[in-house]
Amino acid sequence: MALEDYKGVYIFAQQVDGKISPIALELLGKARDLAKDLDNKDVTAILLGYQLSDALVDELGAYGADKVIVVDNPELKDYRTEPYADAIQAIVKEFKPEILLVGATAIGRDLGPRVSAKIHTGLTADCTKLDIGDFPLVAIPGHEDEQKHKQLLMTRPAFGGNTIATIACPDYRPQMATVRPGVMQKITPDKNHKAEKITFAPDLTPNSCYTEILKIVKEVSTVADIQAAKILVSGGRGVGSAENFKILDDLAAVLGGTVSCSRAVVDAGWKPKDMQVGQTGKTVRPHVYFAIGISGAIQHVAGMEDSDIIIAINKDENAPIFDVADYGIVGDLNKIVPLLTKKISEFLAAKNNG
Amino acid sequence: MKVVVCVKQVPDTKGGVKFKPDGTLDRAAMLAIMNPDDKAALEEALELKDQYGAEVTVVTMGLPKADAVLREAFAMGADKGVLVTDRVLGGADTWATSQTLAGALRNLDYDLILTGRQAIDGDTAQVGPQISEHLHLPLISYCEDLKVDEAAHTVTVKRQYDDGYHIVRAKMPCLVTCLSELDTPRYMTPGGIFDAFQKEVTVWGRKDLKDVDDSNLGKAGSPTVIAKASDKVAKGKGVKVTPETPEEAVDYIVNVLDEKHVI
Repeated sequence: MALEDYKGVYIFAQQVDGKISPIALELLGKARDLAKDLDNKDVTAILLGYQLSDALVDELGAYGADKVIVVDNPELKDYRTEPYADAIQAIVKEFKPEILLVGATAIGRDLGPRVSAKIHTGLTADCTKLDIGDFPLVAIPGHEDEQKHKQLLMTRPAFGGNTIATIACPDYRPQMATVRPGVMQKITPDKNHKAEKITFAPDLTPNSCYTEILKIVKEVSTVADIQAAKILVSGGRGVGSAENFKILDDLAAVLGGTVSCSRAVVDAGWKPKDMQVGQTGKTVRPHVYFAIGISGAIQHVAGMEDSDIIIAINKDENAPIFDVADYGIVGDLNKIVPLLTKKISEFLAAKNNG
Repeated sequence: MKVVVCVKQVPDTKGGVKFKPDGTLDRAAMLAIMNPDDKAALEEALELKDQYGAEVTVVTMGLPKADAVLREAFAMGADKGVLVTDRVLGGADTWATSQTLAGALRNLDYDLILTGRQAIDGDTAQVGPQISEHLHLPLISYCEDLKVDEAAHTVTVKRQYDDGYHIVRAKMPCLVTCLSELDTPRYMTPGGIFDAFQKEVTVWGRKDLKDVDDSNLGKAGSPTVIAKASDKVAKGKGVKVTPETPEEAVDYIVNVLDEKHVI
């Protein structure tokens, strides 16, 4: 494998039902950022599907793609592992990306490893930070010429967020990573930034590995997207009941925020899984995260610790959430939260009148 | 029908994570358990045994002490256990791990391979899908429900997605990765526990792996390399207050929000 033949940053632009998934735009934002530090500054999106509209190409362009490789084939209508992996394998063979980023979604975490196994390269899962740098980070004295430059350095938490590792893939290409949704920042779209559309038609003849989709069931989410929220009012088991989440709804309403929850709340059936923050839920990094009646199990903390400001309210002064909170308040949420809602609305009313 | 389940022994995080005085993880102080997603996969296999008389073989790769998860699997009702252990296999990333397990699986007969979605120590969810590719098997990940049609030799899986689920059918042999939600694992039975220590675990080393090149094994065969690893330094402790009254608590929070220009 001649490593220098591999050029450019590529992202898998996940689409479902003809709509680009938010993760694709986040990956484009990061890809633009990484490309600045590389010799080849092209950012390419890979768009797979059937009867895809050119509007998607324009959307990807506006969010930072210079080129969009489109594979439009009936086998790619709905996501299935094998035809999608086959298409990407063919693209890698033809276009030779230096870096290939995939969202760590329920699709990407299935597709990424199957692709990496097909093309024999390394894959780092669920990355939360990507940089271009040297490997080894510090050259070994006497072996300075062996240090490789402009490598993708992939940082990821493991062990429920208790350990963190930075991983490189120095001898194989493309350098592949799946990236946690909600972590990377998309750029402000620029309608004048047009992407070049490249139509590509690899052979996707069904083989024994092609599965058959018998039924597709959408569980229409009635909840707001917690990963997009700037302020999250998050409740745990301590809230006590599904009904009592009303006091969190009220607080979120005055702050223009969104309600989320811990796993215990989902397990109790009080809230749907879409609202769950944490290792088995979603990773969030809002400006303000209220942890109300949340004890702060490591699996929860792993999903919210990068929030800018964490405010915890809990009656147990030994709750581990206080180890991660910037502001911890020991007290009864049932008394504090409704009063807080009232005070904030008074504060805002006074401010607007002032 | 023959079902093979791949399981991993992992440190338990449930009872809290233990740290050494220098702030690094104290793995030795934590219990070693069967990875939860893998245990759900094993339960599913045992249900296929109850229903269709499937033969259930459990395979694990790890240190010799990983024998314990195979004994536990026996106690739950598994028929055979294989421990893949060899010094040359150490330091493997997911590529080399999946190559190792694929090399072991090539020695076995199977209609269905079940794995957990991911292990709670690495959380990568990569090894199952990578094994499926090495063995050229259909893959279905994130299984919430599974049905086997023996006559048609197919499996039908409820496959979880972020926005709902698909019902997907694959021809056997195939590989399915399972979520913990799939099944609640059964308890070990007293008779099973007795059997667990009578039964023989098959131990395989490097030489027993089929059709795998040395260049794909262990640390040397791993495309990914750790540049830096650290047990995460806990975030600097913030402020913790215990106000006398709810009013005092609320004033405190409003003040913070004002200071930080949130409101």
